[in-house]
Amino acid sequence: MKASVIVFPGSNCDRDAAVALQAATGRAPAMVWHGDSEIPASDLIVLPGGFSYGDYLRSGAMAAHSPVMREVVARAKAGTPVLGICNGFQVLTEAGLLPGVLMRNATLKFICRDVLLRVERNDTAFTRHYARGEVVRFPIAHKDGSYFADEATLDRLEGEGRVAFRYCSADGAIAASANPNGSRRNIAGIYNERRTVLGLMPHPERLAEATLSGTDGAKMFLSLVETLH
Amino acid sequence: MNVAARAAKAERITPQTAAEHGLSADEYKLLLGALGRDPTLTELGIFSVMWSEHCSYKSSKVWLRKLPTEGPQVIQGPGENAGVVDLGDGQAAVFKMESHNHPSYIEPYQGAATGVGGIMRDVFTMGARPIANMNALRFGAPNHPKTRHLVAGVVSGIGDYGNCMGVPTVGGETNFDPRYNDNILVNAMCVGLVDSGRIFKSAAKGIGHPVVYVGSKTGRDGIHGATMASAEFDDASEEKRPTVQVGDPFTEKLLLEACLELMAEDAIVAIQDMGAAGLTSSSVEMADKGGVGIDLELDRVPTREDGMTAYEMMLSESQERMLMILKPGSERTAERVFRKWELDFSIIGYTTDTGRLVVRHRGAVEADIPLAALAHAAPVYERPWTKTEPQPVVAPETVPAPDRQLAALGYLMSSPALASRRWIWEQYDHMVMADTVQRPGGDAAVVRVHGTDKGLAISCDVTPRYCAADPHQGAKQAVAECWRNLTAVGADPLAITDCMNFGNPERPEIMGEFAAAVEGMAEACAALSFPVVSGNVSLYNETNGVAIPPTPAIGGIGLIPDVAMMATIALKRPGDVLMLLGEETGHLGQSLYLQAMLNRTFGAPPPVDLDAERRTGDSVRGLIRAGAVSAVHDVSDGGLLVAIAEMALAGGHGVVLDALRGPRPAHATWFGEDQGRYVIAAAPDKADAIHKAAAAAKVPLRLLGRVGGDAIVLDGEPPLPLATLKAAHEGWLPHFMAHG
Repeated sequence: MKASVIVFPGSNCDRDAAVALQAATGRAPAMVWHGDSEIPASDLIVLPGGFSYGDYLRSGAMAAHSPVMREVVARAKAGTPVLGICNGFQVLTEAGLLPGVLMRNATLKFICRDVLLRVERNDTAFTRHYARGEVVRFPIAHKDGSYFADEATLDRLEGEGRVAFRYCSADGAIAASANPNGSRRNIAGIYNERRTVLGLMPHPERLAEATLSGTDGAKMFLSLVETLH
Repeated sequence: MNVAARAAKAERITPQTAAEHGLSADEYKLLLGALGRDPTLTELGIFSVMWSEHCSYKSSKVWLRKLPTEGPQVIQGPGENAGVVDLGDGQAAVFKMESHNHPSYIEPYQGAATGVGGIMRDVFTMGARPIANMNALRFGAPNHPKTRHLVAGVVSGIGDYGNCMGVPTVGGETNFDPRYNDNILVNAMCVGLVDSGRIFKSAAKGIGHPVVYVGSKTGRDGIHGATMASAEFDDASEEKRPTVQVGDPFTEKLLLEACLELMAEDAIVAIQDMGAAGLTSSSVEMADKGGVGIDLELDRVPTREDGMTAYEMMLSESQERMLMILKPGSERTAERVFRKWELDFSIIGYTTDTGRLVVRHRGAVEADIPLAALAHAAPVYERPWTKTEPQPVVAPETVPAPDRQLAALGYLMSSPALASRRWIWEQYDHMVMADTVQRPGGDAAVVRVHGTDKGLAISCDVTPRYCAADPHQGAKQAVAECWRNLTAVGADPLAITDCMNFGNPERPEIMGEFAAAVEGMAEACAALSFPVVSGNVSLYNETNGVAIPPTPAIGGIGLIPDVAMMATIALKRPGDVLMLLGEETGHLGQSLYLQAMLNRTFGAPPPVDLDAERRTGDSVRGLIRAGAVSAVHDVSDGGLLVAIAEMALAGGHGVVLDALRGPRPAHATWFGEDQGRYVIAAAPDKADAIHKAAAAAKVPLRLLGRVGGDAIVLDGEPPLPLATLKAAHEGWLPHFMAHG
């Protein structure tokens, strides 16, 4: 699997994503600078976490208009899988590749901690190494992670099976107490219609080796490698 | 127009103007002698910041020389932007701690944010990528009307800056004490990683080399910040808000990446960040260290506002700026890198052979000063000092006992002094860079050295109530506790940085606290082979004549050869035995038990026996490395029972404690704060070997009980369920911040 990681000014999880990708694929991904309009031939494009352009405007809003995003959108529409993590998820919504928006956390504060997620389906390129309904532990680290969309959109996402992960309690229950940021319907990540684009707020790349006290995140990269070769 | 004519033409500088710049009458006389004529206003401004306490260390210098600063591990001691220690394998750690106290009180969000930004620049200026931030915070009493506002602002300022930079904030410490009501302390520490052969320094060697300005534009913010930090507060201090700088972490992130990118080329002679006293101190220090002169053309300085004067540009403390001396011919390479990162880049001058700082602006010479006068003619004071009155040792029998030990434990664990700091550190991204192998909440944070199995342990420590009672013992204890915390995770302690926070040094009792603290630190650093490699001094932390307790904050780092052998405080397995290593005397003077349970603070603080400290610590580290223990925690604030409870909460396992024997009152055993002690947990089959190792090392060992169940169980008392204890321990800070 050949992966490309897009680097915006202010991206700061680009290296973490590259490390996790390299561990899963055995080769270093291409690091693509935001000012480039070309992306090398890639089986997967990753938009990493961070604070693109400082996120002084709406999170991800500036990055969505950077030159490289025209190419990302074109590739995504042509079917290349795209993974947007944290700030990358915000960029994907701002670029119109995913519906909805990430609003300020309900607490109005930055939150960094491990959360539990329920894997809603395991038949996608991103999740085939998980069991359906499996409860996994990923860290979150964001201030603007409260997923919002209007009721009709939320109904459509659920109806089309496009919710990827939900914040849950240890037994998998979708409880308000398990929702760290006020996301509608506990949504932590969503797919596009074809389930080739995934945006999620939690960071799989941060718990992808035992030394960091968890490997649940590694399964996402292994899923991608297995699906995309 | 030459500078003498300029000085004569301009509004005449009087001793009154000098006094308004914080220069005493004697200092102004010294200035006139050094310059040989009246200064221009710009020159007066330059002298005032260079000779401020903040930049010149004029009150502290004579004492700081007593600190041990050398060791085989030290690559760079004090005097550069940060200290550097060897990590082996061609790599080194660059680290420093710095105060941002005055600005953070006046404007907590920006004050704390720019403190973090400043310390990270100090580290990446030297060519290191920052890999961890820490902070040591002191706030006033929880019931003081300003405390919540200050906590919220400081924490969010630290978080927003470090989070945006993508550098994990991995830990720290926070105290609440009424003596900080009007002078909070915000001490920020940064640790970076560098290849030993690629360390950048600040000496501007070579004549005719371009002086390059990079980073943000210069605005009018922060003018006189260094002078503000060199004076006491009074009721009008709120009016100093405009002297607080405004931070832009996004620009700093770009500056970091651009600097590291350029540093990979062979282009830079010297580099220094523009921190306190901005362009003035960076240019003066670089030129002075390199033994050259420097000519600056201020018309080339990128400015944020129109019509800025030379005075304003030289004194601005606008953030996210760097000054570099380039190798001639490297200008294009450097400009390309900085333009790529969309940063300002301007050649604003050249190094000269004149030994003078010459500043030109709009065709006029605004300053022409011999550098030696700025850097070395600053006054050095041997201020009079008096010794802090020692307090009597408190006999344990004289301290009232609680009705029940476990009730006292619950009360202590939910008190402001010991309640969980989770509310704070969950606002810091402590996992970015994916190398945080020990998160906040343990004895020391541990970050892996990227791409290796080695770990860097980091801890910040000082116990201000000990220092107030006995600055010598207190400072010794701060160094020892830092060493102990690093040891408790299995690290070899390497070196420290310090933040010396004190009141007004012109008062003999404050100067006496400072002198005693330095001596106490020096003693501990020498005995523990734990030298000081960087640091800063923050004086005048007082308001209307009331000073903070002496607070020599210590930030230490240590090395773990393989993070697989790192220890944590969490109890792991039911059935493990709990043991105490170290001498017990039941010392209750200055204990949290006294403070929280009896609302009293008195007595001598616990003494630190440095020989025993080293013996016990080395023994514990040996047990960790041998894989003999399953959990380790040092005994500090609150004493033995608190340490045990913290281990139980961290691991989610209860403990059953053996009945105490002997004549000492139980509360002195459980809550005494004797130093140099560790609680360890181990599998029962390891107990024999541990006993033997302790005996061989002449370290006292006592069996405490066993791990198991879901409560703290003490003979003759109702058990304290972990769930109850956890709710109390975790509950206080969030509740306080939400409701007061």
